[in-house]
Amino acid sequence: MEKKVRLLIGKVGLDGHDRGVKIVARALRDAGFEVIYTGLHQTPEAIVNMAIQEGVDAIGLSILSGAHLELFERVLHLLKEKGATIPVFGGGIIPPEDIVALKKMGVKEAFTPGALTDQIVKWIEDNIVPQSL
Amino acid sequence: MGTSPTLNTTSLSGIPFETFYDERDIEGFDYQAKLGDPGTFPFTRGIHGDMYRGRLWTMRQFAGFGTASDTNARFRYLLSQGQTGLSVAFDMPTLMGFDSDHPSSLGEVGKCGVAVDSIEDMDELFAEIPVGEVSTSMTINCTAPIVFAMYLALAKRRGVPLSSLKGTLQNDMLKEFIAQKEWIYPIEPSLKLTIDIVEFCTNHVPLWNTISISGYHIREAGSTAVQELAFTLSDGLEYVKRAIGRGLGVDQFAGRYSFFFNAHIDFFEEIAKYRAARRVWAREMKERYGVKDERSLWMRFHTQTAGCSLTAQQPHNNIVRTAIEALAAVLGGTQSLHTNSLDETYALPTEFAATLALRTQQVLAYETGVPSTGDPLGGSYFIESLTDEIEGRAMDYIRRIDEYGGMVPAIEAGFPQKEIQEAACLYQNELNQGKRTVVGVNAFASDEDESIPLLRVGRKQQEEQIRKVRELRARRSNAAAQKGLDALKRAAEQGENLIPALVLAVESLATLGEVAKALQDVYGKYREVSYI
Repeated sequence: MEKKVRLLIGKVGLDGHDRGVKIVARALRDAGFEVIYTGLHQTPEAIVNMAIQEGVDAIGLSILSGAHLELFERVLHLLKEKGATIPVFGGGIIPPEDIVALKKMGVKEAFTPGALTDQIVKWIEDNIVPQSL
Repeated sequence: MGTSPTLNTTSLSGIPFETFYDERDIEGFDYQAKLGDPGTFPFTRGIHGDMYRGRLWTMRQFAGFGTASDTNARFRYLLSQGQTGLSVAFDMPTLMGFDSDHPSSLGEVGKCGVAVDSIEDMDELFAEIPVGEVSTSMTINCTAPIVFAMYLALAKRRGVPLSSLKGTLQNDMLKEFIAQKEWIYPIEPSLKLTIDIVEFCTNHVPLWNTISISGYHIREAGSTAVQELAFTLSDGLEYVKRAIGRGLGVDQFAGRYSFFFNAHIDFFEEIAKYRAARRVWAREMKERYGVKDERSLWMRFHTQTAGCSLTAQQPHNNIVRTAIEALAAVLGGTQSLHTNSLDETYALPTEFAATLALRTQQVLAYETGVPSTGDPLGGSYFIESLTDEIEGRAMDYIRRIDEYGGMVPAIEAGFPQKEIQEAACLYQNELNQGKRTVVGVNAFASDEDESIPLLRVGRKQQEEQIRKVRELRARRSNAAAQKGLDALKRAAEQGENLIPALVLAVESLATLGEVAKALQDVYGKYREVSYI
C-alpha cells in the first residue's frame, strides 16, 4: 500500500493571521494528505522539534508579518543543525524578490495571496514524496 | 480556468439577489420606524442630520514601519498631504508584548508597523506633532493599556492636559479571541484591562474613544458580512454590559464606544450592512440598556477597505477594488476611512502607493458629489430589502450568542470561530470551482509579470531598535523600573484599575516587554484550542 504524505502545517512567528493556513491545511487534508496543524505563534525551535518527532515529509509555514526571511532562515538552520532533510515550503505576504531569496536559501516554494488551494495541492503531489519507512 | 467567468447572483453572505426589486419586496414599509430622517432614531440613514455637509469623514491612513523616527516622518508627510487624523500601526512584538531584543521578536521588528519599546520611542513617534491637537488612532489590543499609558505619560511630559487628548484605541480583545488572534492573558483579565481603559477615560480623558469594536478583522478572517455585523454587535453589547458592571452609567461611556467595519467588494451588501448596523445598535441599546442620551445610540464607525479582497496577481487592479469599496463605505455613512494601497498583498505600502490611496478618498470627497446628500440610496427597493434581510440574519446570530450567555461563553465554545472558518472555506471552494470570480485570479489571468516597486524594511532598522532598547536598559535606574513593575503587580493582584500604575511603570522607563511580562506573572497566558 502506498504511504500517505505526512505534512506539518504551521504558523511561525507572532502574527495571528490563520485564515490562509487553515484553509490550506484543510484543503491538503481533503486531498488525502496527512496533516498536522501546529496552531499559532510557534517558534522555529518548536516547529523543527515537532517536524522531527512527527516524522513528517515536509513542513509548510505561513507568515504574514514580513518576518519570513529571518524565520525561514532560522528553521532551515535548525533543521540542518539536527541533520534533518525535511523540505520546507510556505506562504504569506512575501514580495517576489524575497521569494527568490527564500528559494536560494533552500525553501522549496512560496505561495502568495491569490494562490488557489488546488495549485498548492498539485505542487505537493509533484514535489513531495513520502520518506521511506 | 474558465473562458466565461461566473456572474454573481448571490451576495458574499449567500443572500440571493432577485433580477429586480419593487414595492412587494418592502411591503408594509414604515418610513419612521425603519429609517427616520438622517440624525433621528433609529439612525438607519446616518447619525447626523447634515451628514457629510456638516463634517466630512476623517481620512485616516493607517501607517507605521521601522523605527519611531521612520514612522514620524511618514506621519508628518501624510499630515502635509491633507490627511486629517493619525493612525498608528505597531509591529508584531509591540502588539504581542515583546521587546525588540526578545528571541520571539526575531525578524518581526518594525516589519508590519512601528516598534515601540518604551516611552522614549513614543516621544520620538510624535516628535513635532502636537498631541493635544491631532486625533490619534492606535491599533493595539492586548498591549493597549501599556501603549496608552505611554501616550498619557507623553502628554504629561509635554504639559498637555489629558482632557484635551483626542483619539481612539482599538482595545477590542473579544475580536482578538474570535479572529485576529493577538493575545497574552486569558479572556477574563484581558477584558478587565479593556474596561480599565473605559473607566479611566470616562473619568479623565473624556474625548477619547475607548474601544473600537471591530468587525474588520472578523471579516478578514473569512466571515460573511452578516457574521461580521452580528459578532461585532454582540461584542459591543458585551462591553456595554461589563462597563455597567464596573459601576459606570451607560450614558457616561457608551457615546465613546466606536466601531470599525470592513468595506468588502460586494457593493450593495456592504452599504446595506452599515445601514442595518446603525439600526440594530440603536434599537438594542435602547431596549437592553435604557439609554437616554442620543449619543449613546449612535453607531459611529471607521471603515477600512478589504485587504482580503486584494490580489497579488495584477496588483494594479487593487486600485479599482479599493475605490469601489471606499464608495460603498461613504454611501453607507462612515465617519472615518482608510483606503488600502495597491501593493499590500506584498508588503507595507510605499509612499507612492499610500498617497494614491489617500488621493482615492480625496477624489471621492471633492469631485464626485457623493457626499452632498445623506443616505442617497435610502428608499431603494433593493437596498431597503437587503438592509432588512441582513438585519434579520444578523439578529438570528445575536440571539444564538445570547443563548450561549453572551460572547465570552460563545467564544469558549468556539462558536464564532467555527462559523468564520466554515465561511472562509466555503468562499475558497467557490473560488476553486469558479463559482465566484476574482479578476486576475480565476478569470482573465495573465502570464505577464506585473512587477511593482515595494517598500523594504531592512535589518538595519531592526538592529537600530535592538540597540536602542538595550541602551535604555543600561542607562536607566533599574531599581526605579523594578519598583514601578512591583507596584503594578501589586495593583493587579488587588484588582485595582491598572492605568495609573501603568503610567508610573512606563515613566520609570520599564519597557513594554517588561510590563507585559509583569502582568503575565499575575494573570497567566491564554491558550487557544485550534482545529482545522
